[in-house]
Amino acid sequence: MTGLAAYAPFVGEATIEDLRLLGDRLRGRRVQNINSTAVGGGVAEILNRLIPLFREVGVDASWDVIRGGEAFFAVTKTIHNALHGQPVALTDQDIAVFREATEENARNVTLSDDIVFIHDPQPAGLIEKRKPGTHWIWRCHIDLSAPSPAVWEFLRSWVERYDAAVFSAPQFSRSLPIDQVLVAPSIDPLADKNREIEAHEIERVVTSLGIDPSRPLVTQVSRFDRLKDPVGVIEAFRLAKKYNDCQLLLVGGSATDDPEGAQVLVECRERAGSDPDIHVVELPPMANIEINALQRASTVIIQKSLREGFGLTVSEALWKAKPVIAGAVGGIPLQITHRYSGILTHTIEGTSYWIKQLLNAPDFARRLGENGREHVRQNFLLTRHLRDYLLLFLYLDHLGESLISLG
Amino acid sequence: MSSVARAPFRFFTRLTLTRLTGWRAADLAEMLEHLRKAPGSVVFHHTHHFLVQHQHLSPEPPNDFAFWVTNVLQEDQLGERLAAIDTIQFPSLHELRDRIIAVIEEYLETRQALRTAPQGEEFHFMDAVSFTLPTRHQATTLVEFGQELGRVGYATISYHLFEARLRVGADDNDFSCWLERDLGEHDLAAAIRRLDPYTHTMEGLRQRLVSLVERRATAER
Repeated sequence: MTGLAAYAPFVGEATIEDLRLLGDRLRGRRVQNINSTAVGGGVAEILNRLIPLFREVGVDASWDVIRGGEAFFAVTKTIHNALHGQPVALTDQDIAVFREATEENARNVTLSDDIVFIHDPQPAGLIEKRKPGTHWIWRCHIDLSAPSPAVWEFLRSWVERYDAAVFSAPQFSRSLPIDQVLVAPSIDPLADKNREIEAHEIERVVTSLGIDPSRPLVTQVSRFDRLKDPVGVIEAFRLAKKYNDCQLLLVGGSATDDPEGAQVLVECRERAGSDPDIHVVELPPMANIEINALQRASTVIIQKSLREGFGLTVSEALWKAKPVIAGAVGGIPLQITHRYSGILTHTIEGTSYWIKQLLNAPDFARRLGENGREHVRQNFLLTRHLRDYLLLFLYLDHLGESLISLG
Repeated sequence: MSSVARAPFRFFTRLTLTRLTGWRAADLAEMLEHLRKAPGSVVFHHTHHFLVQHQHLSPEPPNDFAFWVTNVLQEDQLGERLAAIDTIQFPSLHELRDRIIAVIEEYLETRQALRTAPQGEEFHFMDAVSFTLPTRHQATTLVEFGQELGRVGYATISYHLFEARLRVGADDNDFSCWLERDLGEHDLAAAIRRLDPYTHTMEGLRQRLVSLVERRATAER
């Protein structure tokens, strides 16, 4: 079984039928997705999975990636951090670099004459080249709840020219004169990162990294990014390890648009020192089966984000029925109801406290994981994401309406 | 032999896109201020989305207003009163909204000070944009009706059972209406009318409906 039909065992036939019904009403519509990276990071992952499904239901979907040099991606990283609330500002030089790259990309990308779907701030300025009669959507995957005002104003002048903006959590929405829509991201249960894998495969991956499969393992899977607080995880682990025999694994890769990653990796290794129970591992972007195996081998999974767009690794871990301890930021509270489907924390000490609790109360930990898996099944699988986007494309012809009859 | 309906029951699906209003409330006064101007689609979102999002939970979590008042403001007494609002008895979303407002106002009359939500835990008002589409499922007899009820999605069941009444303004739920009008099934229609969809999971509700229909179809034979 391939394509949409392969999702029926997870979500039911009726859900698949709904998607095909929506696709029938969008048959032949052209939707051009544009983002800034083809590999690494949640956006590229989602587009890789969604594009074939859009096409299967009848939408003529395409995907273009903008280009930019080191200077451009350094500026976009500054913008990313500023929108996440860090007190950084753009210099005139930064703005010039950003505008120049936008102009260059506008010359090189042939823009759709139907629907243009822009992902995140990097390509947002392409709206300058909007053709009459086209629909433009800006999809923001970033936590915009407390952005740096100057940087948001810089971006806002473009965002206001779109037909609709899409956010991952309600608290990210801003005061805007355009429609704003909530679409949470999703995970793909069929992807190498999430599909079922054999026990021997899990053990092979774990032992290849020097991890002892017979001892408890606490893991954080994420890019080496300060906003994911990997150093805070090491500190929380050290506090918990005083009373529990356990190992820590920090595993992730660096995306092509994240020049800060290498520096954060060095900081983590320095902080880990010579402790043989702390494993800091950088994997290539496509090491999905390895990530899957490491999540499945874990006793407890951490996502100690300080700011977060959504935190897809939380849904990944919950789908594997793992107890998750995560920062109560961004879209994470949508995925975890505290003490019901996981644990939400705010501090290093709190994270450490719950690591100890979950290691010592395996029945409670198992119940959290099972509830989490069901919550993900209902709300955070790829089919729900596809459905929301199809609805959004249809909504572009009904902006402002609340009851829409499609036949 | 089963009776054949004068007109088939055509099952529709209802799919919802969530629109963000940008309105947020940090205390009960702000919540009331937004509620007073909220259209029915906003009230619908906050009193019904739990039904579909938490299908595995029983009992169902209460409506969003009750959940926030209880868990964030920690006003347990008011939270309990809001959770106990009998949604099914209200013929329209505006009347449901007015009842929610009245419950909060009554409570505030006895209170001196307002509690404020911690930063980041404000109530965010959202809006349900509903799309309805016909599915390939239809039934002309009770047996077919029971079979199709077992196949359609939760969104279809919730649409016909309470959304059409609340959002489109129909007098009755679609199932009871068709059973009575096109099959003359007055008792079955009444039994479905008596179901309280707000105290079942969606799967529990489906099983209850299928069981009622199958029992009647067996008796008819």
